[in-house]
Amino acid sequence: MYTYNDFDEAFVRSRVAQFRAQVERRIDGSLTEDEFKPLRLMNGLYLQLHAYMLRVAVPYGTLNPSQMRQLADIADRWDKGYGHFTTRQNIQYNWPKLQDVPDTLEALADVGMHAIQTSGNTIRNVTADHFAGAAADEIEDPRPVAELLRQWSTDHPEFQFLPRKFKIAVSGAEHDRAVTKAHDIGLRMVRNAAGEPGFEVIVGGGLGRTPMVGKVLRDFLPKADLLPYVEAIVSVYNLLGRRDNKYKARIKITVHENGLEKIQELVEERFAAIRGEFTGFDQDLLTEIEAAFAPPAFVTKSTDGYEAARLANPAFRSWTDTNLADHKADGYAIVSISIKKHGQTPGDATSDQMRVMADLAERYSHGELRISHEQNVILPHVHQSDLPAVYAALREADLATANIGLVSDIIACPGMDYCALATARSIPIAQEIATRFDDLKIEHEIGALKIKISGCINACGHHHVGHIGILGLDRAGVENYQITLGGDGTETTTIGERAGPGFSADEIMPAIERLVKGYLDLRTDETETFLQTYRRLGLAPFKEILYPSEEKANAA
Amino acid sequence: MARAFTPKVVTANALLEGDAVWLTEDDRWTRDIAEAELLTDEAHAELRLLEAQSRAGEIADAYLADAKSGERGPEPTHFREEFRTRGPSNYRHGKQVELN
Repeated sequence: MYTYNDFDEAFVRSRVAQFRAQVERRIDGSLTEDEFKPLRLMNGLYLQLHAYMLRVAVPYGTLNPSQMRQLADIADRWDKGYGHFTTRQNIQYNWPKLQDVPDTLEALADVGMHAIQTSGNTIRNVTADHFAGAAADEIEDPRPVAELLRQWSTDHPEFQFLPRKFKIAVSGAEHDRAVTKAHDIGLRMVRNAAGEPGFEVIVGGGLGRTPMVGKVLRDFLPKADLLPYVEAIVSVYNLLGRRDNKYKARIKITVHENGLEKIQELVEERFAAIRGEFTGFDQDLLTEIEAAFAPPAFVTKSTDGYEAARLANPAFRSWTDTNLADHKADGYAIVSISIKKHGQTPGDATSDQMRVMADLAERYSHGELRISHEQNVILPHVHQSDLPAVYAALREADLATANIGLVSDIIACPGMDYCALATARSIPIAQEIATRFDDLKIEHEIGALKIKISGCINACGHHHVGHIGILGLDRAGVENYQITLGGDGTETTTIGERAGPGFSADEIMPAIERLVKGYLDLRTDETETFLQTYRRLGLAPFKEILYPSEEKANAA
Repeated sequence: MARAFTPKVVTANALLEGDAVWLTEDDRWTRDIAEAELLTDEAHAELRLLEAQSRAGEIADAYLADAKSGERGPEPTHFREEFRTRGPSNYRHGKQVELN
């Protein structure tokens, strides 16, 4: 893993010192809120419904055990003993006090972390495949490139006042686990005819009030051209993007209004102009970073104990069926730790749970942890022979829920329980759905199903790309929930279709239950997933289930 | 025609804790909306908001929120404002425990 060099260290410390002085001046009245707000947002500090909220960057979702322990200590010392992992692979604290934030940032700097550019109209935390460096289907680990982008974008003088926020995601594998097509720039590693790795560059994707699937700007970009090419894109957007209307300011609108061809032309022109300025320093830096991400020393040992434990313990077997993914090294597995226990808040982990996960990473996962955009925690490199011990420890910490990819593995934004922008609550809906399907005991029978909930049109809960998406709105002073169907956030990204009128908070759970049970009747057999059934049959039969016609309702 | 004025309270977030506070008639910031001054006159409400906004060293983001008269005092009329009097629904955190 990458560790801060002297430059990173000095930069982050100086930002903490600056922010400390800014907070002091806000508290003593020298700064008004209008003056202070942009300063706090530059450091990830929001003001929400009940308190401030500090959003800490977890670059490309990678943490080491000491960082995870520090996040736990921060939760205990300056918050309420827990943290919320987000769809941007970040962690948010919901209850910081203004005067404590500089000390919190100092504590983050102690472990090579910060909250810089987690807000504002800048290039945000670069996200990546949470199985990076471990996935069996990977071409290359995308994290060195993500780290290069982090260094380049942090405090980049040209890009501190973009028309709007800017999000970049990187994937190094065949399957897209980083939602690259719903980002301002998505970088998907591919090989060219000669077998060399490079990037398919996708631009103008995004969710929010105008969801759009990203478009391919370049089929194949050689790795060495990455930084100048990305700089060219952001540079073109910086000048062309609209600043007159907040809702039309994202690059997806710029691409939509100007057309892909014009953007291509401008980007290539800009790229040609600046390419020469990148004289190789970026590549030297990338080489250094790549060395920091060298794969761990995988060991070869027997996996007999694992098979025996699977046979002996059905609960363990069930967990291995849902929570493991294929690893590129023989005898290894990728473990997804569900922080979605039925009835709990999706993405929340207590400080004790964070410490358990840190210890497990240290002992069994070559010192690595990942945060997924699906709000779970990953132990990327676990030898199969260690899985029974890992499972036992997780069980002890209430972290052994076997539901990854199932109906209760729900993405939910904080919604109106915390967020000042929200129009309705998300968390209680997620809790209710997960609890209900757990009670029905049909979760495993249902199989792969992604439900994603957002508490407002900004779509932090990715509802547009949920197989079932739920959007919470305020309809005449009452919470109302709209359903979208058929969304997909993988390499076959699709924006879900709106099913019809919304449901009240009391009606939404029964509607989802109807929908899912209806799917069980419609599917050809148990191998056909919800999404496949939806693609085969379209919206109509699901609409009929959600909104039964009068006669049928009377006959029933 | 302009919409009829509905009663309001001045509300904001406390500067240090960031939690919801309401302006009382005797110019205090209270954590209990029932102690807030219910503003039934539009011009007076605008004036009170300006006065609130000038107290930048105590609060942030002051605004007028709809409220109605209840048994104990002013009560919120919209669910968002109701949540602000209570705290989140997933944990017993915030005012629902702090006020008791």
